[in-house]
Amino acid sequence: MRPSPRAISLTVLSLAIVLITTWLIWIAWDATASDPMTTLAPLSDNADAVQGLYNFVTILAGIVMVGVLTLTLAFAVIFRERAGHEPQQIHGNSRLEVLWTLIPVAIVIAIALPSFSVIIDTTGDAPDDALEVVATGNQWWFEFEYPGLDVTTANELHLPVDRAVNVELRSEDVIHSFWVPQLSGKVDMVPGHENRLWFTPHETGMFLGQCAEFCGTSHANMRFRVFVHAPEDFDAWVASQAADAEPAQGDLALAGEKIATTLCAACHTIRGTNAVGQIGPDLTHIASRTTLASGMFENNSENMAAWLANPPGEKPGSIMPNLNLNAEQIEQLVAYLQDLK
Amino acid sequence: MATATGTLPQVQEETTIWTWLTTVDHKKIGTMYGISGFAFFLLAGLEALIIRTQLAVPNGAVVDADRYNQLFTMHALTMIFLGIMPLGAAFFNYFLPLMIGARDVAFPRLNALSYWVFLGGALLLTSSFIFGGAPDGGWFAYAPLSDEEFSPGAGLDFYAIGLLILGTSSLMASLNFAVTVFNMRAPGMSMMRLPVFIWMMLVVNFLLILSLPVITVALVQLVFDRNFTTNFFTPAEGGDPILWQHLFWVFAHPEVYVLILPSMGIVSEVLPVFSRKPLFGYAAIVFAGVAIGVLGFAVWSHHMFTTGLGTVPQIVFTASTMAIAVPTGIKIFNWMGTLYGGSIHFNTAMYFAVSFIALFTIGGISGVMHASPPVDSQQQDTYFIVAHIHYVLFGGAIVGIFSGLYYWFPKMTGRFLDERLGKIHFWLMFIGMNITFFPMHFLGLSGMPRRIYTYDADLGWETWNMVATIGSYMLALGIIVFLVNFFWTMRKEPTATDNPWDAPTLEWATSSPPPEHDFDVIPEVRDRDPLWYDRDHGIEKVEPPSEMHIHLPPPSYFPLLIGLGVLLLGVGVLSHLALTALGVVIVIYSIWGWALEPTE
Repeated sequence: MRPSPRAISLTVLSLAIVLITTWLIWIAWDATASDPMTTLAPLSDNADAVQGLYNFVTILAGIVMVGVLTLTLAFAVIFRERAGHEPQQIHGNSRLEVLWTLIPVAIVIAIALPSFSVIIDTTGDAPDDALEVVATGNQWWFEFEYPGLDVTTANELHLPVDRAVNVELRSEDVIHSFWVPQLSGKVDMVPGHENRLWFTPHETGMFLGQCAEFCGTSHANMRFRVFVHAPEDFDAWVASQAADAEPAQGDLALAGEKIATTLCAACHTIRGTNAVGQIGPDLTHIASRTTLASGMFENNSENMAAWLANPPGEKPGSIMPNLNLNAEQIEQLVAYLQDLK
Repeated sequence: MATATGTLPQVQEETTIWTWLTTVDHKKIGTMYGISGFAFFLLAGLEALIIRTQLAVPNGAVVDADRYNQLFTMHALTMIFLGIMPLGAAFFNYFLPLMIGARDVAFPRLNALSYWVFLGGALLLTSSFIFGGAPDGGWFAYAPLSDEEFSPGAGLDFYAIGLLILGTSSLMASLNFAVTVFNMRAPGMSMMRLPVFIWMMLVVNFLLILSLPVITVALVQLVFDRNFTTNFFTPAEGGDPILWQHLFWVFAHPEVYVLILPSMGIVSEVLPVFSRKPLFGYAAIVFAGVAIGVLGFAVWSHHMFTTGLGTVPQIVFTASTMAIAVPTGIKIFNWMGTLYGGSIHFNTAMYFAVSFIALFTIGGISGVMHASPPVDSQQQDTYFIVAHIHYVLFGGAIVGIFSGLYYWFPKMTGRFLDERLGKIHFWLMFIGMNITFFPMHFLGLSGMPRRIYTYDADLGWETWNMVATIGSYMLALGIIVFLVNFFWTMRKEPTATDNPWDAPTLEWATSSPPPEHDFDVIPEVRDRDPLWYDRDHGIEKVEPPSEMHIHLPPPSYFPLLIGLGVLLLGVGVLSHLALTALGVVIVIYSIWGWALEPTE
């Protein structure tokens, strides 16, 4: 049955409308690739593999979408009731129905097979010479330890470029998820489980990460940063992080050190002092970090003072309580902590 | 007085509150489900508007973190369990007997009981807001966050008890309806002549019968972990949080098909009527629906792709999830085939039905994208998933429900919803929905996680969040237009005849609204589209004999009493066990009374 000229032109018109809409959507869709935490700017082998599959799936999805929307719109317009046109009382068409069963089967197989391949690659073991990192989720901050390098830090992960890193994923409390989109797909940090992910970053730079499994009050505030360095810069970072804390210099800082090694020691570790608390982030090199409160605030004296004055006010639900410090104590602590580079 | 269509003279019943409280008539029960379901839908929509207002700008201050977490938890719970499911149940209750040529369901009092237990559970869950805080662990309540160590308030206990009660209601209703479909069809109504809506709801019934026990076990384990020092999900003591996820998703994945299949059924009824041709590929649509139901039990771990399942489980669940896309696609193509060659009359019901095809396809396609675990590793727990969910649930389930509402309104009330207001409602809702949810794809691709009460200014998320919020207000406006339409229409005089749409199915073979006994004469079914067959073959409707005795089940207050007893049982568990004891006494007394009360 040949479609009429009217049917053809209305179908072409529908296609045009759908294509224009798709093109506009594509502009916005693709623009997301320039956002700071985009999932579309892969900079590691893991993220590259995911992106390749994503590109393929998205193109297929787009084709199916354009087809279905065009025909639905076209049929809705072409077959509007018109005087003198009787509808054809058809009940089905076996050949068509078989065709539109087999074609979707082919499409899903086309998506499934490369998916299997990428699954096998990304869930496989890291190379033997991979850098070992243990990432532990806590409500609401990330701890990063480098067991082979004697480094413990929080909320900032530093890595050497072009070297595989195997990230062991742990949790001290509830389920969290380790996600830095530009470097890797996410894997959850499940208490009682030994999950891990690995990737090889191939660009230097700073990348944003965030917890991606709802973990309670301040889930929205559980953020982290990954810094990928040239090898010699990474080695320098490791050397300074493995060292003990800088001893306090000057009266203000000395007074702050006293508070830190008594009051703060209940929860925090400052290596080289008698503060060996295990509950909160390691503060040995707190001043070397770019943010405070797991990525919430820029690390400067003003923000640090605000934090110390009332942690739960700054970060809802914060396990660190308000310690009722007075302004003088805060000034002293800030002086000490800001020297811990 | 005999009317032209031969209906028995109607006894205009005086209905009081007591009539409604003791009714066992499926039409009244369906109406109550519909009104309650719609009221909770509005409440959940309000929660969504607050969420969207909070997220319109970075570092918003409309609600604090704790309140936000309660809101998104309750938005999901309310929409799913107190909104969409009851609205589907409303239509099924009202139309199951009518569409199969019966006069009521198999167990009318059980039907009423299902409603009252539902209402009790719904009120209990919703009341959590005023009794110490609503659940705030997400509708999925993952362990260990749901444990009392990390969620010390009563919220998660309201969650568990509320869902246990609601599950009981759904289970009773599902068994009731399945028995009805198998046993009470009119002569000539073979299974393959059942309307697709009935088939889809039959699949829904089986999904619920088989999946509800699993969530029941999980919820009981949760209650025990929280209150009685068991450790099913506590890793430090040998339990496993992943156990909760498996149990939850073995229920919750079939649950999403429970949410969409009724609307797929509705659309399968509406499209043929207003295309003026039969449904294309009836058998394929039925088998595809059954296949979706069966396969729906084989895909649950696609919600767990990022939990460290391992290589083989990821591969297996990818395969099964991809497979389920095939029957879904078949249905879409068959609906499009129904439009093809038709003579389409575009009233509001048809606008909704046709847009269902487009919107559900968009949601389905994004779903196929994250059916691939590597792609999912970037999309999981981001707004890309939120976009997918709302295209299938709003663009699918809700749009289908509105299609059914405009289609069946004359049958239920004798009145037609105004068409001009209806079209305004449609366009506000269609445009608003796309403006709200399409940008969420972009937000997810930009790295915005879900379930966050706020976000920073420099991540490129501001624009689309603001756009989505504006869209949500447009959506809300559309709903308001609908409400205006509803109340205005109900004040008009009923004018609808038996079959104003010239539709094929049996509910259109009786008056609008139907008499309490549904059919004067039980119809005889000669074809899948019974009324079209009779019309085309000149078969007249059978006149009722002058003397007829139609027995209807008498009303009963025991379902209401048991509902009250169950509510007290639940409330007591959350407060004073004396109330539970009282509830148990009421339930036992009522079961006794129910068993012995006369049914003649």
